[in-house]
Formats: sequence, C-alpha cells, structure tokens
Amino acid sequence: MMNRIDTNRIVEAVVIGASAGGLHALIHVLSALPADYFLPIIVVQHRGKEHTKLLEEILQTKCLMRVKQADEKEKIHGACIYIAPPDYHLLIEQDETFSLTSDIYVKHSRPSIDLLFATAAEVYKEKLVGIILTGASSDGAEGMLEIRRAGGYTIAQEPTTAEYPYMPQASVSIGSICSNLTLDEISSYLKQLYERR
Amino acid sequence: MEQQSVSHAFSYSQEELKAFLDAIKFMYGYDFTDYAEASIKRRILNFMNMYKIPTLQDLSKILLKDEAVFETFIQELSVTVTEMFRDPTFYKSLRENVMERLATYPVIKIWIAGCATGEEVYSIAIVLKEAGLLERSIIYATDINQRSIQIAKDGLYPVDNMKAYTVNYNKSGGMHSLSEYYISKYNSVLFDKSLRDNVVFSPHNLTADKSFNEFQLIVCRNVLIYFNQQLQNKVINLFHESLCSFGFLALGNKESLLFTDRKSNFEDVDKKERIFMKIG
Repeated sequence: MMNRIDTNRIVEAVVIGASAGGLHALIHVLSALPADYFLPIIVVQHRGKEHTKLLEEILQTKCLMRVKQADEKEKIHGACIYIAPPDYHLLIEQDETFSLTSDIYVKHSRPSIDLLFATAAEVYKEKLVGIILTGASSDGAEGMLEIRRAGGYTIAQEPTTAEYPYMPQASVSIGSICSNLTLDEISSYLKQLYERR
Repeated sequence: MEQQSVSHAFSYSQEELKAFLDAIKFMYGYDFTDYAEASIKRRILNFMNMYKIPTLQDLSKILLKDEAVFETFIQELSVTVTEMFRDPTFYKSLRENVMERLATYPVIKIWIAGCATGEEVYSIAIVLKEAGLLERSIIYATDINQRSIQIAKDGLYPVDNMKAYTVNYNKSGGMHSLSEYYISKYNSVLFDKSLRDNVVFSPHNLTADKSFNEFQLIVCRNVLIYFNQQLQNKVINLFHESLCSFGFLALGNKESLLFTDRKSNFEDVDKKERIFMKIG
C-alpha cells in the first residue's frame, strides 16, 4: 500500500530498527544511498553477541556510505551509518554523542531498539525519522511511539511485505506509525530527502 | 531476564536533572553529576514510574526525607547486567597474556572495580585457579551497589543461565567443565565456596573514594561507559595510582584510554581485548 509521504520535513537524523531478516532489508534500503548522504543513519540490528564486526563488514561491501560501529562518546556526523555494537544498549545524548550501557535487557534485547529510538526522539524531536523493519520481536514499537509523540516521522516496513511481519506490525498496532512503506519506497523516500536537502 | 520499559508518562529538563543530582550529592555524598546523562535520566524516570512519583521535585523531597527509599533508589540507579565469561576472548587473553606474568608475584592482589552481581569475580577466580594462582591471590571486589555485592557474596545464580555460561567458559579456554565449580539445587546453582575464600567484597564508590591498596591487576569492565570524559579521566588516574609498576589494567571492549591524560603511561598488552600494562 502507498501512503502520502512527508517529504517537506527538515530532518537531522534517521534511526532504524531491525531484527530477524534485517540484513537483507538494511541492504535494500541503504545500498542505494550516495556516499555523501547528508544525514547520520543510526541502526540497531538484533544479532548474536559473538558476531562482533560481521554486520558492519557486510554492509560496508554493499553500501557507498561509510559504515561503522558506534563508539561510546563518539560525535554523531552525517554521511555515516552507525551500527549499535552487540551486547550494549546504544543511547543518544543531548550533545549528539553516543552512550553505551550494560543495563538490563529491554524486551529481551541488548541493544534495544526502544531505547535508541526513545533517546533519539528526545534529542532530535520533530527532525527525526524512525524506521522499523522486519523482525520477530515487539522491540521498537514503544520507541516508535516516543518518536511520534515528539513530533518525528515514523515509517514501518509494510508488514505484509516484511520477511518477518511481527515487528513492524507491533508498531502499527499501537498506533505509532505515520506511513507503511515497502523497502523500495523507504529507499526512495530517503533519496528524496537527499535530493531536496 | 528482568524487564524494563521505555515508556514514560513524565519528563523533565536538563536543568532540573542537574539540580536534582546536586541535591543528592549534597545530602548523601553519592555523586552522579558526572554520569552520562541519557542513561541516568531514563533510570530516574523508570524509578518514578515504578513508584508513581509524578515530578522530580516530589522525588527529591521523598529521597531527602527517607533514607530507606534513598537506598532503594541508589540500587535502581546502579544495576547492570553481566554474565560469566562475558566476552570469552577477553578471558582467553587473560589466560594467555596475563597469568604467566602474575605468577611471578608471591602475592597477587587484584581489584575488580564495579563487580556488580559477581559473575565476573567467579570467572576470574576460575581463571586464577586453573593457572594455579588462586591460593596466593587476594581479590578485592567492589561496587557502589550494596544489593549487588550481597548477590555476589552469595554466589547463587539461576540454573537457566548456566548453559550460556558453559558455552562462554569453553570458548575462553576453560580446562575443565564449568559444572565442576558449582552444585545445582532446584532452580539455582551455588558456586564453590573455595572460589571466594580469598575474595573481599566491599562497597566502593569510584566517583568519591580513594585508592586503598596496590594491585597487580585491576579489572573494570563496562563501568567507565557510564561516566562522562572528565570522570573517566579521574578514575583512570585512580587506577594508575593503584597499580604497581608493570601492573595490568583490563577495561570493557568498548572502553579506551584514548581521551585520558594517562594514555602514555600504559602500553597495549592486547589491543582488541583492552588489556593494558602500566609502564610509567
């Protein structure tokens, strides 16, 4: 299904949450973006803690943008895809730097999509785009709600097109989503932001 | 696993948070003013949600009046979750790169700063035991959180966790079977008391307390990530002061000395596993 897409918004950051099936969805959405894409794209992908750098390496071979694991206290810049390290929560501070914590699991997950999204919403407010992709978890739904409450723009991968529909559906069900889009539509939306920046 | 929610009915400004933390520091001496903000803010909001306290001012009043509630609050503010042999490659490196050099000391003094609920303490005790060094080691295991220390002292953990811990232990180069170190009863396991014969559990506050001994090894993993750079620097200086010459410092795998003024006083023993040696 195609919804009206809000392309007139001033955007400062994009956050993405993905779980099962996420790698292919991330490649689909991110590989089309140019190397100098102006926004920071911050990603939580659930993964085993033993896969310390594999996701970053695979994404880097597919993406033109720089891909790196987020470091604690690192300043957030555009033209970079930041990935949450395995086994830590990734949070965003008011001064637009990253924090990592070893706090209790949220919805059985560390990193938690909810925590990244909630702290990003506090920092970027209406200038944030939140995207929830395929997964078999309910993580991310509450975070999407926080983004929407703070005035940000929320996009779910249209559940019927997701490899694992449960996660985007959970966000849709609690009313946190502005638009349901296919991966192609999400990708072209991000490109549109770039073209009229 | 214990669950936490991110949804909050309440919110407050940065200025309010600062005033609140200043009041806590003034009244109780616990200094959270140099903690990374996003995490501490969410923990305070969680506490307010849990006890249905509507504003930070209300919370402040309650805490300043009621020391018992304050104790609970401090516990909630400083709970972290770890596991035995978390990051098995780190323990493998301890076995391969550190044990042999520790063996040259007649008495080995080790400080585990931020020992949380003790999983790391038992892991390190097992590594020492398998290197034949446990009997002449003294481990000081400290944390700001007294409830965590009590759990660490008890050495009692859910049996459900043992499967993952066994995998970690084997990957770390474990020489036996992890199950040789504990007995199972109902849904819990109790770790062998001999592992903690030489462990001193004690409260210690890294933000305020001083050095209390000289150590050959200091392990402080996933604690500095909670601090701002200024406090990280202060704590690294405290560790530097507390290490003997050529003593070892082990940090969490996302922590570094890069932004501290003691950077040149340490050299890498294992860069990836964040194990350093004091060289000056």
